[in-house]
Amino acid sequence: MDLSAEERAMLAGDLGPGVAKALEIIVALGRVYGARGLVPVTSVQVAGVSYRNLGEAGLQFLTDWADQGARAQVPATLNPAGIDALAWRELGFSEEFAGRQMAVVQAYEALGIAATCTCTPYLVGNVPSFGDHIAWSESSAVSYANSVLGARTNREGGPSALAAAIAGRTAAYGFHLDQNRRAALRVVIRCPVRTLSDFGALGHLVGKHARDKVPFFEGLGECSPTQLKALGAAMAASGAVALYHVDGVTPEADRSHALLPEHETLVVPDLQSAYAALNAEATEIDLVWFGCPHAGLDEIAQLARLLEGRRVAAATWVTTARAIRERAIGEGLVASIESSGARVLADMCLVVAPMQELAFRTLATPSAKGATYVPSHAGLAVRFGTIEQCVEAAITGIWPA
Amino acid sequence: MSAETHLSARVVNAGPAAGPALISQEPLGFLGGVDPDTGVVIETGHPLEGQSVAGSVLVFPTGKGSTVGSYTLYRLARNGLAPAAIVNAEADPVVAVGAVISDIPMVDQVDLSRIQTGDRVEIRDDVLIVSSTAANTAPP
Repeated sequence: MDLSAEERAMLAGDLGPGVAKALEIIVALGRVYGARGLVPVTSVQVAGVSYRNLGEAGLQFLTDWADQGARAQVPATLNPAGIDALAWRELGFSEEFAGRQMAVVQAYEALGIAATCTCTPYLVGNVPSFGDHIAWSESSAVSYANSVLGARTNREGGPSALAAAIAGRTAAYGFHLDQNRRAALRVVIRCPVRTLSDFGALGHLVGKHARDKVPFFEGLGECSPTQLKALGAAMAASGAVALYHVDGVTPEADRSHALLPEHETLVVPDLQSAYAALNAEATEIDLVWFGCPHAGLDEIAQLARLLEGRRVAAATWVTTARAIRERAIGEGLVASIESSGARVLADMCLVVAPMQELAFRTLATPSAKGATYVPSHAGLAVRFGTIEQCVEAAITGIWPA
Repeated sequence: MSAETHLSARVVNAGPAAGPALISQEPLGFLGGVDPDTGVVIETGHPLEGQSVAGSVLVFPTGKGSTVGSYTLYRLARNGLAPAAIVNAEADPVVAVGAVISDIPMVDQVDLSRIQTGDRVEIRDDVLIVSSTAANTAPP
């Protein structure tokens, strides 16, 4: 691999053992993937935050690395944790878990990572520009950055994203290179795709088929950023899609260049099979979850309207970024939602929360990504449907027939 | 009697290493696959289930499973239970990153069919020197 004089000095330890370790990680990955060299990055998103997944091993590693003087050299933000830093006790999570989780977040802060604790960094100020090289982990954010913003990132793991933050560089392979950003799968939509859950259901179907291919969507028409967020998150959960193009919508979707001449075609006649695959037989609903990926202000405003003057029977959680929650407080939306008995929570994600500490058995959500991961990661039976169906389940405690 | 074979390899994480080969024909995942406090493979039904990876030259086709597995390797190393080296047919990023952060020498693109469990394996740069012990060498 071609390294600059500065990179060779970093690797040799001239800037300390913490930086040398970061370079070693990036160079090893560059070797594995056949990169010719490194490329500077302008932004990093670090996953691997929940103590439930990291354990003592991960916490020890982060603490050791910070002790070696490693610090992020570029703006870097953090994925969700396992708990809301302020509301965990009321929600019933244990003091033991909360203590270890806080230690993880503090270790990241010592490494210079902003403790945003959200999977939607692009909604809270970490917004790369078109063409920027970045190193993001968190598959839904990777998909959004590549596809909707036109920035360039591979699907980094937690340690490699952190290494990129500390080195200010990543290895130039995969989606950093023009030739790997073209679509090998043409997806022709022959059914209405209207609601947020429809976009998730479509993503679930296409992700399963595409695996790690780049899809090119035709026939979707206009889509909002929130709809694209749901589509990309679902494809990254059922498959490993890191980049997609939507004809007439996303910034790299100029068909003559974006679609490879030799491509496979997938026709989607309806979304029924996705709705069937993501629904268990649950009737009574214990918990309703909105905000996977973390809800934007538009989604919070919609829920405030739907819950206005009503009272929830099931526990109802809306997860979002702390900064978005603050803005929602300012607009009166949190007070409006919470007067129904629902909660607007920050910092956390149910997929990485220690849900086994709580007594929930069933969950309803309009998120296809959430519905994909919750059964295996949180051990709950899941109902997946529209936002309106999920609000109805929240009010009655019963999944609407 | 012992026979010595030289195999070519690609360096993923550089460093000299030697030890007895422990071989799995199946991919290995570290998170939930290996107990970081004992070094023993705990994945139910895995060919290496019940065996310790500590001090071995651990030979398997490729990694699998959660990216958090990198940290399991780190914890093994902190506990003094890491393999002496890792040899893969194709490296995957989780194990590669785990090897780097844990200072475990690692190579890949090796013809694994030429190594048997119990062989002594030494890594010198991009060459594997495999010494089959008398017990492992079938009589002609």
